This record gives sequence, structure tokens and C-alpha cells, in this order.
Amino acid sequence: MNELKGYKDIPIGGIITEAGNSVTYKTGDWRSQKPIWKEEGCVHCLICWVFCPDDSIKVEDGKVIGIDYDHCKGCGICARECPRKERALQMVKES
Amino acid sequence: MASEQKRVAMTGNEAVANGMRQINPDVVAAYPITPQTDIVQFYSSFAADGLVHTEMVTVESEHSAMSATIGASAAGARAMTATSSQGLALMWEMLHIASGYRLPIVMPVVNRALSSPINIHCDHSDTMGALTTGWIHIYSESAQEAYDNLIQAIRIAEHPDVLLPVMVCQDGFITSHGIEIVFLLPDEVVKEFVGEYKPHTSVLDVENPIAVGPLQLQDYYTETKAQEAEAMARAKKVILEVAEEYEKISGRKYGLFEEYKMDDAERVIVVLNSTAGTTKAVVDELRAKGEKVGLLKPRVLRPFPADELVEALSSAKAVAVMDRAETFSTRGGQLFTEIRAAFYESHKRPLMRNYIFGLGGRDTTTREIHRVFKDLDADLERGQVDKLVTHLDVRE
Repeated sequence: MNELKGYKDIPIGGIITEAGNSVTYKTGDWRSQKPIWKEEGCVHCLICWVFCPDDSIKVEDGKVIGIDYDHCKGCGICARECPRKERALQMVKES
Repeated sequence: MASEQKRVAMTGNEAVANGMRQINPDVVAAYPITPQTDIVQFYSSFAADGLVHTEMVTVESEHSAMSATIGASAAGARAMTATSSQGLALMWEMLHIASGYRLPIVMPVVNRALSSPINIHCDHSDTMGALTTGWIHIYSESAQEAYDNLIQAIRIAEHPDVLLPVMVCQDGFITSHGIEIVFLLPDEVVKEFVGEYKPHTSVLDVENPIAVGPLQLQDYYTETKAQEAEAMARAKKVILEVAEEYEKISGRKYGLFEEYKMDDAERVIVVLNSTAGTTKAVVDELRAKGEKVGLLKPRVLRPFPADELVEALSSAKAVAVMDRAETFSTRGGQLFTEIRAAFYESHKRPLMRNYIFGLGGRDTTTREIHRVFKDLDADLERGQVDKLVTHLDVRE
């Protein structure tokens, strides 16, 4: 979470003046279920990346490198769409 | 120095439409509703005749009228609309959005009773319910005041210390359709007074991109509302400054409220809008007989000038606050409740009672006002009010 500002220091009318600032708004604590990615079972088809509504599948050089747990809300779409399911992506209960 | 003014016979609606013509907003989005219809009708003629440069948007409802006005204002346009009664009710959720976005929209409202029973005539049930929507509320006794208040409202709304929407209210039919003598300022004087609108932000400003209306939850909603409340508090000073400046061009004086023969007044009536005119006639009659009576006519209800009202009323002995709308609290109307609460800390509290009057356009004449002053007289004899809330002129 960002440091919260006082009412005298925020733009009036609740407007957002900074483009793309949703990256600083962490939504990871909304999760009740958590996707677990297993590198050894992943074929890097990127279907999870295509379907993730929150841009939380981290990809580098065309390959999945992990999950952005700061923003993943635990919707489970990635695990449902994953063609290899239990071998590559599985949902577990958030501890 | 006051300008050379045109003396014309006009209805309240025509005066307001002419004020809008002189303000010449960029966008007007409106939907007709009795008794506001004339305003939009006159204005569309001005637009069709090329007297204004306004983009006139005819919409399918008042919800859309306010939505389109909000969109235009967020884009950086000076935007206006006008409504009455059910139309204001249909705008409800958008009223909060206009103020929450801090858009300086100015809207004439022609007061009319809310259904049910369906009724097209004047009372204040429409705008009294909108006192919590974050809009500045200004009330007008006459066509002249409706016109003057409208022009001042632009400067109040757009002031950088304020940036809040303003509704300028007048009584349906009584003021909106009654013909009076009105003094109109020259077009160029109004143009100069309102000035060119420079929006504080605009969604169309590509150099400074913004997003309007985002989600704010437990983390920031409170701060945004506190900001809004502080702007409302600052508006009081701005309203008085704008009034002072307006007096210089018009010769007409405005404050937070008007005091009529209040100096040594013992019995006082507090009432909004056109009924204040009726009350002035009764005050004059009774003063001629040596009775110490007076009138206090609130002009600004949001922000609520509590301290100033207490000061003005504390030398009175008995006060009747008259509300032209029910609240169904069973403890009196909105104006009464707020004025009475303002006296909580005061050591000098006059007797105070409430009248609910003029609902659905019921005529309130000098006869009823005489009765109210008589009731106050009896209360003073008795040393207490005989009834907290009275429905004036109701048949049993």
C-alpha cells in the first residue's frame, strides 16, 4: 500500500492525474484462493497470460516467470484455462 | 458604478433564460418540465436564432440532462441545465456526482411540489430534499432576484476556492410565470462579469491527462468528502465577495439573507422565496400600527449561515419559521430544524415555532401571514409556544 495522503494533498474531486497508477494499488489481499505456478510442468503456451483479467502473469522473453501476487485477486481463470492444469497451475486456499 | 439597465416586464422564467443568454454557456442539456419549461423553450429560441454559441443538447430525461451537463463540464465546458420537481428527483444520483467531481455547474430550479399526489404548483419539497447533495443552494424572492442570483452563481461556482455546483431556486408559477418589472444588465456587462471560463481540469486536455470518477474506498472517500465540505465552508466568503462585486455593476445588494425591518423587531417570520414578498406587505401594515415585527428571508441555505442567522434572530422575542415542505419528522420542516439547532449554544433563545405552509401551491396570502404574527403575539403573552409545528390553513 502507498502511504496514504491527507485531504489537503490529494487532487480535488477524486481525479487521477497520474497515468497507469493502478500498478500502485495493491489488490493481492482480496484473494481467498491463490494460483501456484509450477515451472517444471509449464509449456509456456501463455494461455494463462491471455486470460488473466488483472495482468498478473509475469512474462519475460515469451516465457512465464511467475505470478504477480501484489495484484492477483485469485479469480482462478488462469488455472481453469491452463491446458496442463495440475502439472502447471493449480489453485490452493490462501493461508 | 451601476450600469445603464433595461427595464422590462418579464416572467421569472424569461428573466432566467435571458440571464443564461447573457452568460452564453458552451453547453446546455435540458429536458422540459412544468413549470421550468419556459426557460428551456426561450433558450432554445436564443440558440436557434444564433444569439448564443451554445451547443444545445436535447435529451430524453432529466437523468440524461444532468449526465450530459456533467460530461460537458468535465470536458472543460461551461455547462448548464434547468429543472423542477420530478425532474430534480430523477437527477438525484447525478446531483451527487456533479458535486463529487467538483464541477461548477449552475442550474436554475423552479420549485414545484413532488408527487404524489401529482401536482404542478409551488412548494419546496424538491430542493429541500436536495440539501444534502453537495450543491450550493440559493433562493430567490422575485424574477429580479432569480436573474441576479443566476449571474452571481456562475462566479461562485467557478471560484477556485469553491468549485461546486449551484442551484438557483425560484417559486414555480408564482415567480416563474408572474410578470414583474425586471432590470436587465447590458449583455457586455454580464459577459465581463462572468468572464471567460477557465476549467481547473479537463478530460480533453491531452497535455495533462486525468481520469474522472475513479473508485475510492475506505482509504480515500473520507478525504474527498472532507475536501468537499471545506470548499462548501469557503463558499460563504466567496458568495459575499461576489455579491459585493455584483452590487457595483447592478446597484442591488445581496447577502446570505435579507433582513426586513429587523432592527427592533420582537416578532419575526423567517420564510424563503415569494412568500417573503407577501410577508413584507404585512410587516409594513403592522409597522404602520406601531407593531414591532420583521422578516428574515434566507438566500443561501448551503452553506448554511448558522452563526449569522443566530446573531440576526437573537434580539427577537418570538420567531415563526415557515417551511414550504414537509419532512415527516413530526418535529418540523428543514429550515425550522436547522435554525432551531443553530440556537443550541446560544444563551439568548427566542420562542420558536414552525409552520408548514403553501404545499402544492396552496395560496398563502396576507391573511395567513397576519395569523402567524397573531399566533406569535399570543405565544409572547403566554410565555411559550402553544404548538411546535402547525400546518397553516389546513381544513379539519
